[in-house]
Amino acid sequence: MKEIMTGNEAIARGAWEGGCHVAAAYPGTPSSEILENVSLYKEIDSEWSTNEKVAVEVASGASLGGARALSAMKHVGLNVAADPIFTMSYIGVNGGLVVVTADDPGFFSSQNEQDNRWYALHAKIPMLEPSDSQECLDYIKDAFDLSERFDAPFLFRVTTRICHSKTIVEFGERKEVPVKPYERNPKKNVMQPSAAKPRRYVMEEREARMRAFSNDCKYNRIEWGSEREIGIITSGVSYQHAREAFEDIGDEVSFLKLGFTYPLPDELIKKFAADIKTIYVVEENEPYIENFVRQLGIKCVGRELLPAVDELNAGIVRGALRGIEPKEAYSVDVTAPPRPPVLCPGCSHRGICFALSKYKDIVVSGDIGCYTLGVMPPLNVTDSVICMGASVSAGIGYGKAFALAGEPASGKKVNKVFGMIGDSTFFHSGITGVIDAVVNKSDLALCIVDNRITAMTGHQENPGTGRTIRGEPTRQVDLAELCVACGVKPENVRKIDPYDLADTEKAVKDAYNCGEIFVLITTRPCALIKDVQRKRANLYCEVDRDLCVKCKACMRVGCPALSFKEGHIEIERSMCNGCTICAQVCPKHAISRAGEFND
Amino acid sequence: MTDVTARTKSILLVGVGGQGTILASKVLSVGLMRAGCDVKMSEIHGMSQRGGSVTTHVKFGRKVYSPVINAREADILVSFEKVEAARWLYNLKSGGMLVVNDYEIHPLSVLTGEAKYPDEIINKLKTRVPNTISFNAGQIAEGLGSIKAQNIVLLGALVKGMKLDNLDWFKVLKDIIPPKFYELNVKAFSAGAAQL
Repeated sequence: MKEIMTGNEAIARGAWEGGCHVAAAYPGTPSSEILENVSLYKEIDSEWSTNEKVAVEVASGASLGGARALSAMKHVGLNVAADPIFTMSYIGVNGGLVVVTADDPGFFSSQNEQDNRWYALHAKIPMLEPSDSQECLDYIKDAFDLSERFDAPFLFRVTTRICHSKTIVEFGERKEVPVKPYERNPKKNVMQPSAAKPRRYVMEEREARMRAFSNDCKYNRIEWGSEREIGIITSGVSYQHAREAFEDIGDEVSFLKLGFTYPLPDELIKKFAADIKTIYVVEENEPYIENFVRQLGIKCVGRELLPAVDELNAGIVRGALRGIEPKEAYSVDVTAPPRPPVLCPGCSHRGICFALSKYKDIVVSGDIGCYTLGVMPPLNVTDSVICMGASVSAGIGYGKAFALAGEPASGKKVNKVFGMIGDSTFFHSGITGVIDAVVNKSDLALCIVDNRITAMTGHQENPGTGRTIRGEPTRQVDLAELCVACGVKPENVRKIDPYDLADTEKAVKDAYNCGEIFVLITTRPCALIKDVQRKRANLYCEVDRDLCVKCKACMRVGCPALSFKEGHIEIERSMCNGCTICAQVCPKHAISRAGEFND
Repeated sequence: MTDVTARTKSILLVGVGGQGTILASKVLSVGLMRAGCDVKMSEIHGMSQRGGSVTTHVKFGRKVYSPVINAREADILVSFEKVEAARWLYNLKSGGMLVVNDYEIHPLSVLTGEAKYPDEIINKLKTRVPNTISFNAGQIAEGLGSIKAQNIVLLGALVKGMKLDNLDWFKVLKDIIPPKFYELNVKAFSAGAAQL
């Protein structure tokens, strides 16, 4: 059978064909669709885990129990999951264990551009790197067998352009593999020092076996050209860019295409280089392959010509290595106004961001999610974004700094620190920060902006939604109860509806004035949830032009449904969902809601 | 099918998050695959979905390597919104074809009055790009019952412009679009093709 599939769909299909039994992940662009697609196969027990560390530990336990297990995450998720991965390298596997890392060269939707190939080197775990959807399917299908063969967890490294590109795939059927028998084996599986040290020697021996395999496996291959002038060493999507960059002389150029990229194949590289006059290494971001080639004493050209930042494409490779620039293209004398992403009309984060925007003496410690968009004008809310959960813990730290600073001679006088974190992000890694705030007496005002879904990554379930990845009902974890259980005083936990601006503003004021940790939970489903859209499809706000004094107070909420056109405030009915935030800020009561809720 | 597989061609589809560029690209890619081409399609989702500027790359031919279109090397630019055509025009190679929706979506900077939505975009584009197809697909789709079908209206025009209207696009629509929207999208596709 043949179909056009994204890399993520092909990974899911390949995992299923390869006999995967258990899969666990936390969503993150560009990896989210892997588990969404895996969960469609009834043979695989799939879950959205609370975070990536939990996901890898669930998969690790499943592997030790004898099942073939998969975990998938975006590149920064692997930082969270690094702890179990480094030690699973010592323990090895029972059932095959594969961890997918989806890196994001080009920062399409990430806070950094880390190259996770270094993790394979650092944790000494074998790595596969597919270059299109067909290889995604073929490689991951083999990865479970290989993981069992080498007794090692596998890193499966893909990038945004692999995950989100559709290419033609031929697929097969599932190979039924029984769950392997479980035998207790403390010397191998209980990693305390006396057991870990001998395992470390086993890893060295495993490394040698894996390198021998790397030198002689189908994933690493030489594609000889007719000449020996130019040879290119490359992996992943960079192979495709390099092939296109040399397409016109493609018959002459030789390629060493690497798919098994840890350990790198030393003998194969030497064999390739021995015959070639000029070696280019084409890879995105870090000189991972290039450094290794140089260590072998082989001269090569890579980072000195190719950029260290951003993704590559064939044009960049061709320009850098061959000096060939594109021919003429069109241009037009029109200045396009910028169009950054914004909080949607009806977004449940708008009310709390607006309420916070009124305070000029606060710092808002931000987090990872749609609410980061509150940083855009006109709201301008959020002082820093670091990583999942940092809104809480960095907020504690801000408080310490400002307490020590006292009255500043220059700069901003900060009287209060707020944190802002989404529901899914809070479950992921906000809870530990709250316990820290309670025990260490922080007076952080934490806003948990609960939109009842993991929104930014495309609406995945989380512990607060009451549904599993397959949509089955399950126990809902209550954010307010959880915070009280963490030690926040019940009177300092406030639940409000962020569509009610007066209530929201009062809660923000109470949080501002509270001398100890205060948690403000804004509960309102994301406006893009299908059922919300259906129910509110016929609701909208309208402006009474007789009452409107054109003060533009409503424009300060930053809603894309509102505009000031030809001297009037207008509300685009097809975009508006009748949230009424704009109406509540109008001093003349000129805006009102019309239409009806659908049943 | 030799004409469609001769040389790798690149189609850059641009628009505003929520306009349906990805679905249109998917229909296009599946149609080209069924015509015997190698096809690669690259889409970007994530933050860009929230009303931001979005792009999808479709490449097809005998053998396609990179899924990404190089800067200044698109054979065809399809813009679902006027100002986005101007923003991305530098990627259309000389002699290429432009399909542009004569339809405005104002970014927040324009809505608040900080920036101005440019005038005369379509005329300026037509002066620069001789092979320009331009009409209001939004209006046509609304006339057929839903603005959401504007993506397929534009696809109909694109396919006609590429002289690929001999392929069985209705079958592709049938296999991809949910049944209750199939009729609407067939009408949308035909209305788009009729613009040429």
